[in-house]
Amino acid sequence: MSGSTLHDWLLSDAPASRRQAAWAGRYQTWLALRRNKLALAGLFVALTMLVVALFAPLLATHDPGVQNLGNRLQPPSAAHWLGTDELGRDVWSRVAYGARITLGMVVAVVVLVAPIGLLVGCAAGYAGGWLDRILMRVTDVFLAFPRLILALAFVAAMKPGVESAVAAIALTAWPPYARLARAETLRIRDADFIAAVRMLGASPWRIVLRHVAPVCIPSVIVRVTLDMSSIVLTAAGLGFLGLGAQPPLPEWGTMIATARRFILEQWWVAVIPGIAIFLASLAFNLLGDGLRDVLDPKQR
Amino acid sequence: MTPLVEIRDLHVEFPGPSGPVPAVRGISLTMGREKLGIVGESGSGKSVTGRALMRLLPRQARIRAAALRFDGVDVATAAPATMRKLRGARMGLILQDPKFSLNPVMRVGNQIAEAWAAHRKGGAQEARDAAFALLEQVLIRDPKRVYDAYPHQLSGGMGQRVMIAMMLAPDPDLLIADEPTSALDATVQAEILRLMDRLVSERGMGLILISHDLPLVARFCDRVAVMYAGRVLEELPASELHHARHPYTRGLLECLPRLDRAVPRLPTLARDPTWLG
Amino acid sequence: MMIEVRALDVRFGSVHAVRDVSFAVAAGESFGLVGESGSGKSTVLRTLAGLAADWTGYMAMDGQPLGRRRSRAFFRRVQMVFQDPYGSLHPRQTVDRILAEPLAVHGIPDGESRIRRALEEVALPRAVRFRYPHQLSGGQRQRVAIARALIADPTVLLLDEPTSALDVSVQAEVLNLLADLRAARQLTCILVSHNLAVVAHLCGRLAVMQGGRIVETLETAALRAGKAQHPHTRELVALSRDLEE
Repeated sequence: MSGSTLHDWLLSDAPASRRQAAWAGRYQTWLALRRNKLALAGLFVALTMLVVALFAPLLATHDPGVQNLGNRLQPPSAAHWLGTDELGRDVWSRVAYGARITLGMVVAVVVLVAPIGLLVGCAAGYAGGWLDRILMRVTDVFLAFPRLILALAFVAAMKPGVESAVAAIALTAWPPYARLARAETLRIRDADFIAAVRMLGASPWRIVLRHVAPVCIPSVIVRVTLDMSSIVLTAAGLGFLGLGAQPPLPEWGTMIATARRFILEQWWVAVIPGIAIFLASLAFNLLGDGLRDVLDPKQR
Repeated sequence: MTPLVEIRDLHVEFPGPSGPVPAVRGISLTMGREKLGIVGESGSGKSVTGRALMRLLPRQARIRAAALRFDGVDVATAAPATMRKLRGARMGLILQDPKFSLNPVMRVGNQIAEAWAAHRKGGAQEARDAAFALLEQVLIRDPKRVYDAYPHQLSGGMGQRVMIAMMLAPDPDLLIADEPTSALDATVQAEILRLMDRLVSERGMGLILISHDLPLVARFCDRVAVMYAGRVLEELPASELHHARHPYTRGLLECLPRLDRAVPRLPTLARDPTWLG
Repeated sequence: MMIEVRALDVRFGSVHAVRDVSFAVAAGESFGLVGESGSGKSTVLRTLAGLAADWTGYMAMDGQPLGRRRSRAFFRRVQMVFQDPYGSLHPRQTVDRILAEPLAVHGIPDGESRIRRALEEVALPRAVRFRYPHQLSGGQRQRVAIARALIADPTVLLLDEPTSALDVSVQAEVLNLLADLRAARQLTCILVSHNLAVVAHLCGRLAVMQGGRIVETLETAALRAGKAQHPHTRELVALSRDLEE
């Protein structure tokens, strides 16, 4: 199928199959997103990082763990694109492998958190009554803790490492999704289209999963994307404090922590992972803002 | 003598994803201090016409007209400050739902007093007295209670009366009412329309009543313009509505179910592409 | 009697929305409930449909008393069309998905041909099948809502102001469609509307409601002949007539 016929197929106002209707919807979203240049830049950076993370073994010029004490703290050069750190390890290779850890943590947190928050929020909002009160008080309890402090306490109780950092972040990240999904559910709970589904005799679970949750998903996606930047920052923060990924793992926050002693003389060793963190965080923020404009149901 | 409203060859377009979408396509209307009804179905351009005259259209709307004048003032090119003065003092707009037009956190009496004070000279006490007088004019039985009420505490009919009182405060020359009674019950609707009718006649104002309800408009206006797809298809005195010639106007009247006799099957409107002109 | 309601009272918190309402509708009959906003007419319909929980009194369908919770079989037999076709269709589901849902819930086989037949029955072109509600006109949406209500072959159709959000020319088409479907399927209908002429057009008998009570129940023929007794009914008739001259 050539480009223009594909375009026509996607924009047809009389789709002929379920598949075509679904792809047409996605294509419309893409066309709308494409108009927002900043969001597109965010998407580009995020995708680039994903590619770097996936193909780190191919893209890295050196083994990220191999030390070369004779070659410490070198400035960027042809052999070491971004210089070397205090143990003579190649900074570019470590940043590339670090993308794996950071994005891995982001994905792990999102996969854990978004469905739980969505389900808790939709169920609480739709059921109302005592279930709503119990679920929302539990949510309030978790919401009342400052995120980094709870994560610190949690990691301190367990052993520091990537897994506990993910668990700690996840523990503090789900309540906002539950709140969001609940608010959205309350907005549509008494709408006629939900009453119409109730009148079909559908079970409450079917209504929540197939009719209520899909309405909440767009705003959750937007929130998730915006949150990804703060997950990146929290993960780096825990790493920096020595409570997240442990050296010699090339996690960005951990890298800054070990390099901070040389920040005045060999600044690039600390600044380069800092730039990586900044770029990742900014990219998710821009993308999230763009997605909000495209997916926000109130603007449709 | 200059007519109160003169519209000649008005076009309004909105930008769409695939080129501009016309909402009004070359309509011409002239009115004096009379009651003109603009009738049409949704999307006919009737509301856009009313708002174009007040220049209250969204920024992206493109307006083009050979003439768009209110009492000799060229609305299409007037400075924003001139328009603001015109809108407040000489033209009033009444919308379907007063809840959206009234400030929800301000007592309605104060809102009327403020509308009065903005365009007249006078102190706070005078404005207050004027607001009471206006509430009495719109036949509110207990003006003291209504003066101190917030918009959400009023029924639909009461809210619409307050809205009318507010629009009458600066003593305007033209009232544009866009579906003023569509959200109201039949009993209240009749009262509000009678009230508007009386106030407009007493004060010698012009009234543009925009509605989808052809029999209703014909009942309360002097003249009716029937709009379809951005054009005026037919313009006729309200009393001659039942002799309307255009098949669209006839169709709109005939497709209504009737109470006086049983109609086994309602005639439906066959839309003729030539009406699009 | 297909539907029987006796001494129905409905409360929302401190609001006593429906007081002592009784009526009965025979199989195949069309019954109208007329009243102004706040008269309780829609509440009666929604309570009958099982969408309002806090009621007392007696309701029965086909001789079987109805409880607080309605069975799936009840929803197979009773369906509803709502006032606002913009609000009663899921904004993120295609027409196809909307029509497939009742079939999935009730486990009705042969979905493909049923959906096609349902669209034909309400005179919708095939092209709309995979469109979203926001791509349809108001009249088309209401046809989709009617198709959804009828796709599982109910015997009772509850209509809550089905045409008041539509232009009059579209209203005529939808009213004709409802009349045809009712005759073809021998449906029992209850129509709620504020528009006396619409109710009279579709129903043989009607009740006028005011302040949560039924003030008068009469035959449409009697209404047309000017034999209404209650002052509120007379007022509504006068207002309706006034615009018909």
